[in-house]
Amino acid sequence: MSASTIDELETTAAAADSPTTDHGGRVLSQLDALEAEAILVIREMVGELERPALLFSGGKDSVVMLHLAVKAFWPAPIPFPVLHVDTGHNFPEVLEYRDETVERLGLRLEVASVQDYIDDGRLRERADGLRNALQTQPLLDAINEHRFDGVFGGGRRDEEKARAKERIVSLRDEFGQWDPKNQRPELWNLFNPRHRPGEHVRVFPISNWTEVDVWSYIERENIPLAPLYYAHEREVFQRDGMWLAVGPYSQPREGETVETRLVRYRTVGDMSCTGAVESPARTNAEIVVEVAASTLTERGATRADDRISEAAMEDRKKEGYF
Amino acid sequence: MSPHEVLRSSFAPLRREDPDMTTTTVPTTGTLLRLATAGSVDDGKSTLVGRLLHDTKSVLSDQLAAVERVSRDRGLTAADLALLTDGLRAEREQGITIDVAYRYFATARRSFVLADCPGHVQYTRNTVTGSSTADVVVLLVDARKGVLEQTRRHLAVTALLRVPHVVVAVNKIDLVDFSAEVFERVNAEVQAVARELGVEDAIAIPVSALDGDNIADRSTRTPWYAGPTLLELLESLPPSDDPTREAFRLPVQLVIRPQGAARDEAHRDYRGYAGHVASGVVRVGDEVVALPSGKRSTVTGIDLGKRSLDEAFAPQSVTLRLADEIDISRGDVIASVADAPEPTQDIRGVVCWLGDAPLRPGQRLLLKHGSRTVQTAVRAIDGALDLDDLQAVPSEALSLNDIGLVTLRLASPVPVENYSTSRRGGSFLLIDAHDGRTVAAGMVGATLPTSADAPTQPEGDEEWDI
Repeated sequence: MSASTIDELETTAAAADSPTTDHGGRVLSQLDALEAEAILVIREMVGELERPALLFSGGKDSVVMLHLAVKAFWPAPIPFPVLHVDTGHNFPEVLEYRDETVERLGLRLEVASVQDYIDDGRLRERADGLRNALQTQPLLDAINEHRFDGVFGGGRRDEEKARAKERIVSLRDEFGQWDPKNQRPELWNLFNPRHRPGEHVRVFPISNWTEVDVWSYIERENIPLAPLYYAHEREVFQRDGMWLAVGPYSQPREGETVETRLVRYRTVGDMSCTGAVESPARTNAEIVVEVAASTLTERGATRADDRISEAAMEDRKKEGYF
Repeated sequence: MSPHEVLRSSFAPLRREDPDMTTTTVPTTGTLLRLATAGSVDDGKSTLVGRLLHDTKSVLSDQLAAVERVSRDRGLTAADLALLTDGLRAEREQGITIDVAYRYFATARRSFVLADCPGHVQYTRNTVTGSSTADVVVLLVDARKGVLEQTRRHLAVTALLRVPHVVVAVNKIDLVDFSAEVFERVNAEVQAVARELGVEDAIAIPVSALDGDNIADRSTRTPWYAGPTLLELLESLPPSDDPTREAFRLPVQLVIRPQGAARDEAHRDYRGYAGHVASGVVRVGDEVVALPSGKRSTVTGIDLGKRSLDEAFAPQSVTLRLADEIDISRGDVIASVADAPEPTQDIRGVVCWLGDAPLRPGQRLLLKHGSRTVQTAVRAIDGALDLDDLQAVPSEALSLNDIGLVTLRLASPVPVENYSTSRRGGSFLLIDAHDGRTVAAGMVGATLPTSADAPTQPEGDEEWDI
């Protein structure tokens, strides 16, 4: 991974991201329009809320959010802490990347650990060993403990059909629940995060970005990512049509053969249920092309837990998942 | 479920006369067009959305497989494309759309954000949500039924919110034998309502969302129709009402003053005003005025992150540096000097009431305009819109989904503008201070068709545009 700071990279990207003009008029390019909207949302929440925080997993979407936050407040530092809900099933290179990024940007990192909850009995390991659904309780407890009244998340509407229904600023009740049938109207670009004590809002500044937008932006801004997003050789085995990495939390069962394949990750999450895709793409530009041509959604291709039922995400979101 | 909710040709290879017209190449250098759907319940909105996604190859194979599997489980012979957009369990159970779903598709020329809005009357607040940010509304009309009550309501909301473009998709043209006469009759009916509402450029296209006629591909079955396909039209519409042609306004969201926390020593004394350019263009060297204080200064720098710009335009998010240390804080508006609005404590305008409890005169609320929130009291309800005959009628209160004319008194002056001049400078929210809910979408200076002149006319008496 590059040791460059986001600031330095911004400078190198400067020439590339000047707004395009059209017929003599002034029209923002798609990426510039998405960037402007995200910065507007991030700033407005900092203006309106008392104690926001940003969910940072080390994954590409949360990295893009951080990059946008750097731009939003430059030359001042990001005025809120980042929160990581650690499943205990992380890819080690993602944790390393998380810590480097926090260090580089001088952020305060809070960690809510699923493993701690399992160790002291507050949560029990599921029969299938998947931990994504177990993140909800530690997340809500961390929100209460730190009295966060707003949490930025990197969720995008194109990821999943329940997320397609999500507002940019979305209310959660005192139990962290999402009520999709009774959402607040969201009008023009006037965002309203007001809520009663005990409630909080989830804020999704990159709601309107697609996976291709995210990669195009990473390419344009030259944002450093964890190395597992790029093609690399890895020991994997096939399960449910996905390539799972051999690691401490995912071992091949009987009949599953370990092979070395050239793979990369489209999403990073719980290592036991996040699949790799076979890919020769080693650069951002190659990934943009690959993603644009993909015939599978990123979650369909890489997340075992979202395949369980048609409403898996909706159910998790209603309970307070991000 | 009517057969029309199901895509007839299922997912067999599509007819495509021009295979290059749509492509998966994503134009990240292209522009973004925001569209919203509208129309009555069974006019085929979800099928049209499914068709647009399908024909632009935006439906990926795992999504398609899921839709086909569920459709089969329900005993359907073809995939129900509405399942692509109805993301909530309750929606799939009831076969209706409850809340706005946002979808993304792209052609070689443009990217689209589509707000698929529910057609049921009780979800009007979601239609308002979807339309408030739209550059274009695609209004579905069933060729067999013509203009229905809900069609009129949606067109009224579209007109009220001044959505820049309206495209009328006269759908199910296959069910009227591709008749030019039927299309012309429905079109005339739509145009009459549109004129009544002040919508100028409602362009009608004969389509079959089910079969794909005139959606992405020109239909061979409507030889009498010489206009563009729906997708061609959407690709060629000007992106919006071009806010850069309006006067410069920047609502200040935050004052950036890093002091000792600066990311580097050189910026210890940095002082900048962060906000988004709501309208217009600003250049380094421009004289500007802070509102409501009226203090003037000159722009010495425009920053976007680490980059310095010579100019910024709507809707960019930037930080302005000024020559003088004048008192500016969050909620203020930085404006061009020549035509700066006069801050006022009295507003008259139209609101879409979205609260569960009715709005009554005397009620106290919060009003959010730009980045400023102030207290407000409802002085009077000057009328409500009867959506059946589109006329104003006297009203004591506004109930959920009512559109009414109100007079408000603000606790402190706010530099509002007429909504007819600026969608950004003229829009506001009303918020319930107790629970924080957004209870109304407001438009300054708008009036209802036949409402009598009220004694106070602080914002001028612009003719109604609904």
